[in-house]
Amino acid sequence: MNFPILSFTIFIPLLAGLLILCYPRDRVTWPRVTAVAAAALTFLLTILVYVNYDIAQGGYQFIEKVPWMPIWDISYHVGVDGISAPLLLMAGVVLFCGSAVSWNVSDRPREFYAFLMFLGTSVLGVFASLDLFQLFFFFELAIFPKYLMIVIWGSPKTREYGAMKLTLYLFIGSVFALIGVLAIVFLSGANTFDLLLLEKAGFDTAFQQLWFPFVFFGFAVLAAIFPVHSWAPDGHVAAPTAVSMMLAGVEMKVGAFAALRVGIMLLPEGARVWAPLILALATINVVYGALIALVQTDFKYVIGFSSVSHMGLVMIGFATLNRDGLLGSGLQMFSHGVMTALFFSVVGMVYDRAHTRDIPQLGGLFQKMPAAAVAFIVAGLVSMGMPGFSGFIAEFPIFMGAWQVAPIVAIIAVLGVLITAGYIFLVIRRVFFGDLRPELAHVSDVSLLDKISMGILVVLMIALGVFPSLMYPMIQSGVNYILALVGGA
Amino acid sequence: MDFLMGHLLSWILFLPTIAALVLLLLPDRPGLLRWYTLVASLLPFVLTLVAWANFQTGQPGFQLEEQATWYSAINASYHVGVDGISLPMVLLTTLLMPLAILASFSVKERIKTYMFLFLLLETGMLGVFLALDLMLFFVFWEIGLVPMYFLIAQWGSANRNYASLKFVLYTMGGSLGLLLAIQLIGVVSGTFDLPLLFERWPGLDSGTLLGLPVGTVKSIAFWAFVIAFAIKVPVWPFHTWLPDAHTEAPTAGSMILAGVLLKLGAYGFLRLVLPLYPVESHNFAGWLAALGAAAIIFGAWSAYGQTDFKRLVAYSSINHMGFVVLGIAAAAWVLGTQDAAIALNGAVLQMFNHGLSAAGMFFLVGVIYERTHTRDLTRYGGLFSLIPIYGGVLIFTAMGSLGLPGLGGFVSEFLVVRGAWPVFTLATALSMIGLFFTGAYILKALKMVLHGPLNEQWRGHLPEMNARELLVIAPLVVLMLVIGLWPAWLLDMINRAVVMFF
Repeated sequence: MNFPILSFTIFIPLLAGLLILCYPRDRVTWPRVTAVAAAALTFLLTILVYVNYDIAQGGYQFIEKVPWMPIWDISYHVGVDGISAPLLLMAGVVLFCGSAVSWNVSDRPREFYAFLMFLGTSVLGVFASLDLFQLFFFFELAIFPKYLMIVIWGSPKTREYGAMKLTLYLFIGSVFALIGVLAIVFLSGANTFDLLLLEKAGFDTAFQQLWFPFVFFGFAVLAAIFPVHSWAPDGHVAAPTAVSMMLAGVEMKVGAFAALRVGIMLLPEGARVWAPLILALATINVVYGALIALVQTDFKYVIGFSSVSHMGLVMIGFATLNRDGLLGSGLQMFSHGVMTALFFSVVGMVYDRAHTRDIPQLGGLFQKMPAAAVAFIVAGLVSMGMPGFSGFIAEFPIFMGAWQVAPIVAIIAVLGVLITAGYIFLVIRRVFFGDLRPELAHVSDVSLLDKISMGILVVLMIALGVFPSLMYPMIQSGVNYILALVGGA
Repeated sequence: MDFLMGHLLSWILFLPTIAALVLLLLPDRPGLLRWYTLVASLLPFVLTLVAWANFQTGQPGFQLEEQATWYSAINASYHVGVDGISLPMVLLTTLLMPLAILASFSVKERIKTYMFLFLLLETGMLGVFLALDLMLFFVFWEIGLVPMYFLIAQWGSANRNYASLKFVLYTMGGSLGLLLAIQLIGVVSGTFDLPLLFERWPGLDSGTLLGLPVGTVKSIAFWAFVIAFAIKVPVWPFHTWLPDAHTEAPTAGSMILAGVLLKLGAYGFLRLVLPLYPVESHNFAGWLAALGAAAIIFGAWSAYGQTDFKRLVAYSSINHMGFVVLGIAAAAWVLGTQDAAIALNGAVLQMFNHGLSAAGMFFLVGVIYERTHTRDLTRYGGLFSLIPIYGGVLIFTAMGSLGLPGLGGFVSEFLVVRGAWPVFTLATALSMIGLFFTGAYILKALKMVLHGPLNEQWRGHLPEMNARELLVIAPLVVLMLVIGLWPAWLLDMINRAVVMFF
């Protein structure tokens, strides 16, 4: 395929963002039309990538490589494998839905949409990177739009705190990751940033064990691994809706993906040694995150902590280093991205209308916004791992993987499922059912565009849950590639 | 025809789902929605009769099987099939469903959502009976909870929030162990296919699993299964969700809960626990028998102590399902003998009979509640003179529930007792005493509702059962009588399956 589809996918949002910044200030419709159109186009391209990926062949595909800084063997090098193609698709759909549900942003829409598009380029770039420098570059690129969007458009009470906390946490994580990256490239004597070469470099065991925690935990901060998870709920809650969707849906997967790509795939021996610690921390994520979600009274914090809990499952799957666990993690990254984007979009819709996120002050909203309520219920069922939805087919293999390495992890982590069911059913009932409070009588239904974006996300989760074969063969091919590097069963 | 007959079970299973999706597209006219749902729910029933006609009684193994790849990455497939144990349960489900929908014609609010959930519930329940893949079994096992939760939480009575959450968390909590044990079996065996597992898993008895002796691991997995199913049955002392859920659920919801959902637990024992864990089942059969006897006795006592009519009927379910558990326990102890076969026959037939009588009783409670808006037994009294037809039907159904000879309940309870007597004499004897209390609470209920001095409050305010309501109860009454007089048509199928399967 000669058409550089990945480059188009990555840079269309960037170009759209730059274009939006050039618009005259008084044109309020132009930015959002441009952004939604660009996001739709990106989404379409990610679908094309997904559909055209040749599973039988496996490995990296749609590769493009152009020298960038040859002196350090840095190039612009993109390609996707069975793990990253679904993530690319997930980023595409979340970017589109995030743009669509932000249609009514009226405060400085130019900058809002431009920054959202920059964020899109950043995450797409990470997923498609086959060059370590470039991966890191895109990874860090996200910081500016994230910080600015939270501070400017975030929820007034906590936005400074949330943005600052998020940025500092991620910055510290990045420092560690950068140290690890530099060690991998220079200290090892590999002297290349090409991931394909680094994968086969065969670093010696002691080296891998020493540097693994730097890259893995450095990147895993963005995946909110315990105990450096607390930026996530604060950041998600402070952010405006579209950014919460991108943060929890896609950015957390960026962290997990980078930890996998750079940590586990480059330093498999290190992963083997450190896996027990990751398992332990991730298990805490699952149970502790769910418990904290259970006691929240702020609608958005419930979902914020649920993300912490669910990302724990992703990292449990990573740390099993076996076929089932990694397969489950791959599916869970996709499933959770879609699910939590839907969660945050509904939370945003509720907040926009009710002007409060305090659960005791909500109630009966099913009568006013049934489509949003149904979407939230579906996301809730995915969240509690209900069979028939994408969460189940993702979590089931993760647990099977955990059984093979550490049964105790499976036994403890499964409690997270029950606690999740508890807080989801409670929050559904308190927000959407019961009596409608008089001060919510004026609440209007969601717009058609909202319904379309929620519909896309809902259909994805159900389709995947009923027909897992839509995705698992691809992820399986990616897992096989990883297993070949890791050398495990 | 081929695409219908070749996938008969799939049609039975998914017709309700398809019907539910079509329902969403229909205009919001109450009459249309009700009649559409009723007709849609009759289709699986008709197809079940077709399956019944095509079923070869006496042929070993599963029939009408279908298998398709589903989630091959972890070796789970879409595999369905029936034998003489599951087919009666499928018939029970598809029979009760149209009746429950007919009983729901009195539901006034949000009819479309209500009917939608009911149809989804049907697929969930049928899937459990039809699944021949452990993972598929779990999928349907869990998925049925969701519509039932919303049915109780949205259309239930005063205390519905508490009851629905308790129901769903209790059952999901119980399923956690099942989930883990299923994963464990999948990891160890490399397959979830039940016919394969029946061959491989019980024979696995040497070596270590996960660093523990195989026996220990299997015992733990056994208890994980048992607890999940025991909660669903429910076996004393895991029953406390039941009175709340049954009492708060809307009438049709209670009918299905008691009629079908409780059978899922018992079916789990029969289909999974006994075949997969024959050794462990044998070892722990005594405990199970004790719990069954406890359920019979305590269920009856608790029922006797109620003044809420619906709660009384709810506790009666614990009492009656105790016989199913007792039969299963006896069979587990002496699996392969004639006593075991008799006890299992009784247990399966009791499942069917209790499905009929409990659904009937809950419906009749609903009928009187709709007229009086109270379930308080002390506020009824002497109603027989006002509504004699209702009175007659109630007495008949209550007698069926009580186990009067000539009606279905007698046959199945007799078989259970006959099979269990030589095995667990003490537990069976205690259960017989429990049966005495069954008579006591049923007669108490009948007395307080129908007899004694008339509560003048109701004179002139109590219309007789209408044609629709009679149409709901008629098939149940007829079947109770038919099974009581001539059980062979059903028992023959069950018996051959039980003998071949165990």
